[in-house]
Amino acid sequence: MDVKPITRMLSVAGGGSRMSAEIESILGVDWDVPKKEYPPKVVLLPTGGRMVVREARMEELPKLIKAVAPLISVERDFYDIVAARLCGELLALYRHRARNEFCLVGIVNGKLAGVSNNRAFDAKTHISLHTIALKRGARVGTHMFAAKQENSMETLEAEEILVTAESPIGFRRLISQWCEPRPGIQHELNGAKTWVITREKYQKVKPQQVFGSRPVPDELMKSSETFEIAPLDWLPKE
Amino acid sequence: MTKFGRHDDRTLIDLMTESSIRAIEDASANEKSVDAVYAASMLAGELNNRTAIASALVDQLVLFPAAAERIENGPASGASAIKDAYCAIACGMYDTVLVTGGEKMRHVSGETITDYVATMTHMEAEYVHGITLPSLAGMLARLYMERYGVTREDLSRVAVKNHLNGSKNPYAHIQEPVTLEGIYGSPEAEVNNPVIADPLRMYDCCPVTDGSASVLLAASEKAKEYNDMPIKIAGIGHATDIMAVHDRKDPAVLEAVSLSAAQAFKMAKMTPQDMNLAELHDAFTILEIVESEDAGFFKKGTGHIALRDGVTSLGGRLPINPSGGLKARGHPVGGTGVSQVVELTWQLRGEADKRQVKGARRAFCCNMGGFGNNVVAFVVERC
Repeated sequence: MDVKPITRMLSVAGGGSRMSAEIESILGVDWDVPKKEYPPKVVLLPTGGRMVVREARMEELPKLIKAVAPLISVERDFYDIVAARLCGELLALYRHRARNEFCLVGIVNGKLAGVSNNRAFDAKTHISLHTIALKRGARVGTHMFAAKQENSMETLEAEEILVTAESPIGFRRLISQWCEPRPGIQHELNGAKTWVITREKYQKVKPQQVFGSRPVPDELMKSSETFEIAPLDWLPKE
Repeated sequence: MTKFGRHDDRTLIDLMTESSIRAIEDASANEKSVDAVYAASMLAGELNNRTAIASALVDQLVLFPAAAERIENGPASGASAIKDAYCAIACGMYDTVLVTGGEKMRHVSGETITDYVATMTHMEAEYVHGITLPSLAGMLARLYMERYGVTREDLSRVAVKNHLNGSKNPYAHIQEPVTLEGIYGSPEAEVNNPVIADPLRMYDCCPVTDGSASVLLAASEKAKEYNDMPIKIAGIGHATDIMAVHDRKDPAVLEAVSLSAAQAFKMAKMTPQDMNLAELHDAFTILEIVESEDAGFFKKGTGHIALRDGVTSLGGRLPINPSGGLKARGHPVGGTGVSQVVELTWQLRGEADKRQVKGARRAFCCNMGGFGNNVVAFVVERC
């Protein structure tokens, strides 16, 4: 699949600049619930590598989309759907068309290893969106999923998080560990079923699933202020 | 051999063809040299919808009119095929036999693979009750912990050692080292290394792998025509044991490993102490420890002590699984036995690069079919 259109769209600097400020004030969205920044943490990976998990900055979103977009061509493990949707969500966030969305990045040795995002439906109910691992086989996805739920529950003080699953690997590794069924509600990603992480469930799961230490040592934090996009040697050959 | 790993874009026959060509080229042989082809695979029909794979391989390689047959003996299919090829040459029927073992498994879900592999357990006494190979290995590990003081840290040490070795092997499925802290000693290890079959965790289990390996066997007097440094199969052992683990005299003893190893050493007129390295069937970390004892390298109950002391590491007195073993090199079940012999061949020729065991002249390997109830062992040496 040709992924150029997405990056080309980004190169059209601020579509909003051509819109009247009046219309933009109607269409543009941002945070409208209390916002606090996720405190960065460092997570030890099985390889011995240390992954810094921190909130992505607005100006980094185009770079994140560029990193995730090539995965739209990967059918395996439903990377294609997750990557396509994540690109859309990050683009919407960048163009102010996504309300109350936050995005976390995982950085190992200065290279982007994982991305995850959630959004607040309101102050109490959050929506789990997507998690993607660019570095495979190091449990990056599991830690990134845990970090965004930690952000929703602990930093932003949500009471519950609605979750759905698109990939079997996500279902097996995450839904069964973290969630309870929530029948009768359609998750906004139109997934098959909706599950929920309640505060009570989060507190039960946390000791087995949420790890990392704070504060991040200065030098490590400094080296994770920016990130490079490492070539993905596991992408299918053209 | 092919690189082990995930090969979405290639068929089983593609992989077997590649490793076969490499073996033929390595031996400076040609299509007229090969009298017979033994193709080893455990699950070609079940997972790849391919039967008669030996015919397909001969056709792909244009090796007509070489005899061709498939050999299936569970995960010991590869070693069985080498043993059968040896016997065919020894009895004078053929001069040269190509042995290729391979499997393509990654396209199938983990649950399906686990189920297919579990069908080699005792059908009525084990399989129908839900037993799987990880669960049998978990029970063996628990027994070893209680009886001999093996710890979860010891099991993790096997994984750390073999992943480090695998990181030096360009053919290995997993080429990234792991640390003891990352998989055992840190809070994060809970997520990094989740429970599979207590007390075994993810890093105690081998990956599901696509791949193929090949060797060309020739009569001793012919071998030097092909290669300046042929490797001699000095000893072979093959033994079985009671299928249902709970019916064995002692479930903590892999009797078929002991018997096959003893046969191989006897035939080679050597002892375990003569070996410079070994490739063992570490489908689960506990198996490396148990096999290292039952093959005769260490006294029963002390394999984990040798591991702790670094005896089995590269640079130790008896490096075990310098290739990374099944744990890191990978385990394409029908190909594993052949890949063990390929690794020993490279080691004895001094061609193993960063994972080379210095001065290696004699080596041992064992390949297990079932849960220790069908084992083929080899002793090989430099000519």
